[in-house]
Amino acid sequence: MRQNTAMKLGAIAAVTAVALAGCSAAEDGPSTSDFDTAMSTPTEITMWAWAPGIEAQVALFEEAYPEIDVVLENVGQGGEHYTKVRTALEAGTGAPDVAQFEYQYIPSFVLTENLLDLAPYGAGDVEDQFTPWTWAQVTNGDAIYAIPQDAGPMGNLYREDILSSAGITEAPVTWEDYTAAAEAVKADSGSYISSFSGNDAGSFLGLLWAAGATPFTYDGDQTVSVSLTDPESQKVVDYWQDLIDRDLVAVDPSFTDGWYQGLANGAYAGWLTAAWGPAFLQGTAADTSGLWRAAPLPQFDAADPIAGNWGGSTLGALSSTEHPIVAAELAKFINTDSAATLAFATEQSLFPTRTEVLTASEFVDQESEFYGGQRVNEIFAEISTTVDTDFQWLPFQDQVASSFVDTLGKEISERGDLSAGLAAWQDAIVTYATDQGFTVE
Amino acid sequence: MTTTSDRTVSRRGPSPQRRKLIITAYILITPFILVFIGMVIAPLLYAGFLSLFQTRLIGGEQFVGLANFGEALTDPLFLGGVARMSAFLLIQVPIMLGLSLFFALAIDSGRLRGGRFARLAIFVPFAVPGVVATMMWGYLYGDDFGPIAQGVRSLGLPAPDLLSSELMLFSMMNIVTWSFVGYNMIIMYAALRAIPTELYEAAELDGAGAVRIGWSIKIPAIRPAIMLTLIFSVIGSFQLFTEPRLLATIAPNVIGTAYSPNLYAYTLAFTFQDVNYAAAVAFLLGFVIMIISYVVQLSNARSGGRS
Repeated sequence: MRQNTAMKLGAIAAVTAVALAGCSAAEDGPSTSDFDTAMSTPTEITMWAWAPGIEAQVALFEEAYPEIDVVLENVGQGGEHYTKVRTALEAGTGAPDVAQFEYQYIPSFVLTENLLDLAPYGAGDVEDQFTPWTWAQVTNGDAIYAIPQDAGPMGNLYREDILSSAGITEAPVTWEDYTAAAEAVKADSGSYISSFSGNDAGSFLGLLWAAGATPFTYDGDQTVSVSLTDPESQKVVDYWQDLIDRDLVAVDPSFTDGWYQGLANGAYAGWLTAAWGPAFLQGTAADTSGLWRAAPLPQFDAADPIAGNWGGSTLGALSSTEHPIVAAELAKFINTDSAATLAFATEQSLFPTRTEVLTASEFVDQESEFYGGQRVNEIFAEISTTVDTDFQWLPFQDQVASSFVDTLGKEISERGDLSAGLAAWQDAIVTYATDQGFTVE
Repeated sequence: MTTTSDRTVSRRGPSPQRRKLIITAYILITPFILVFIGMVIAPLLYAGFLSLFQTRLIGGEQFVGLANFGEALTDPLFLGGVARMSAFLLIQVPIMLGLSLFFALAIDSGRLRGGRFARLAIFVPFAVPGVVATMMWGYLYGDDFGPIAQGVRSLGLPAPDLLSSELMLFSMMNIVTWSFVGYNMIIMYAALRAIPTELYEAAELDGAGAVRIGWSIKIPAIRPAIMLTLIFSVIGSFQLFTEPRLLATIAPNVIGTAYSPNLYAYTLAFTFQDVNYAAAVAFLLGFVIMIISYVVQLSNARSGGRS
């Protein structure tokens, strides 16, 4: 099965190479007439996605291409979804044509050659519609493995009432300010400035990302590098070590009952979170409406702000699909059609990846009562322009996330030695990578 | 137990009537055998087969013989899980079975008012699915919001963090005990009801009191039932999965990925995508359970022979 796929991919690569050698990029992959034939032939295509309300976008696609019937299935979110995708791929039947993939999972499906390279299907034409850093997340060299759907640039949500009662009237701009705010808030109300949790590698990696660190690289083949103990990462753990040691930050695990309570009852005066956080928080801490504000993440160097990303996802086509043209078009259409992408942003609270939507007045001018009438979208849209494009993921992100919980995460939750935890995490990942046959640089 | 007459018959070979019976018996158990082979034996063989290979993300699958087993035997994560479950076994099982026996004897003595109600009340937790029980206790244990911590604090005392790494194992023991005391009690109670009443009458004539009857007649008489519950508990301890898996959502950094060997096998297969090593760990766990069950049975057979 795998060999088969490899051969197909090889064939596609060969065709592409010939076409490239021929001359212009327009001759890549299927021709316009191939495309027209495929899109006007009655075809059933399966998509596995969990994005809320994505039926609306699918309906727009089916309207545009009446001959295509999209079977939409939600097989679970996150881990459950990937387990089912992998099982279907392993079984050789039952895999969808198009599926939702979070950015950090793309390399692991590239590794197993399960993602269709969309470049020959004209995906390159839409590159300039996207924020550069989301596009960088779905490409490797010339290959385009998915189309960005939503993103999670990180910012700071905080309780305006708690901070101002402690004499902090402006959102902390630098991490130094953040420490000062933490001291003041703790002394004034006994609240922690936030919880720095040891159970979610995603948010921690987002903080590393925002510090300009590139802890991982993957060449798309067999070589990876892991540099979690480099100076940028060390700077981040040193910063939090200080707050933890002085009991200025909580270390409760996030997304647990106690943590939800902490957000709702003011035990934490803030949450460093992603662009999907504002909508999420509204559901979790509904009683505190009007008390919250949004701001960019504090910076190490306020003159040169860098943001990180946490979460977000894409649509990719699987290389096993029998309808590659239709599959590629579906992934592309849903994430580039103006109406579809605007609805994602304004109705489904998915943070946009297309610059057109990021500047659309329907999106940026939305005022949020929960955040005291602030234009929260505008703030995060601004943050989105400062996300570093160099960040990469390893092709075994499951292991990275789970070993985080056992190593650095454990040190965090026990208020222990974060540097030692970071080193242990590095070792766990390198050992796994070596055992799995990767070349670790 | 085979009687002497059975043995003589079998030596001569079964009579036609008996042969018919045997054939009927085989026909009747065929569905079971088929399901047993399909659902237990075949997966077991397949897992055994898988455990002999290694699949790497780079380089693919290759035959490695028993290397996975060798690796597991020196794997601190696996051994840590086994050690944790051994501690669980040594502390929780005696407490649970002791309580079960005590309740069974108490209800059987007939002196308990509302015996039926008590029996039901003790048994009811078993009817609560393990998932629900764990979520319920997880809530009760919570440090900020749990009623236990709140109650202790309202008395002006420092509340213990029942979900900390020091207390987690004990918190789990409590959940399992709560769930299974009633189940084991019912097995023992049923055995107690089967003791012929003449024994009690004879004992009473000899002047034995309730305690003496309990100690010298009832407990020895239900020894097979107690052994059954013990074996079940040994197996159950090592197979612990639901409790750590669910409590991990409340205390992720305490439970980690390898808290119990079963949880470790699950993580290996579904998170690390290492089905081969997971199969080896699961197999090894099966061996550990077999050996310990055997030792328990053996020690019982010996002490049983003495009495």
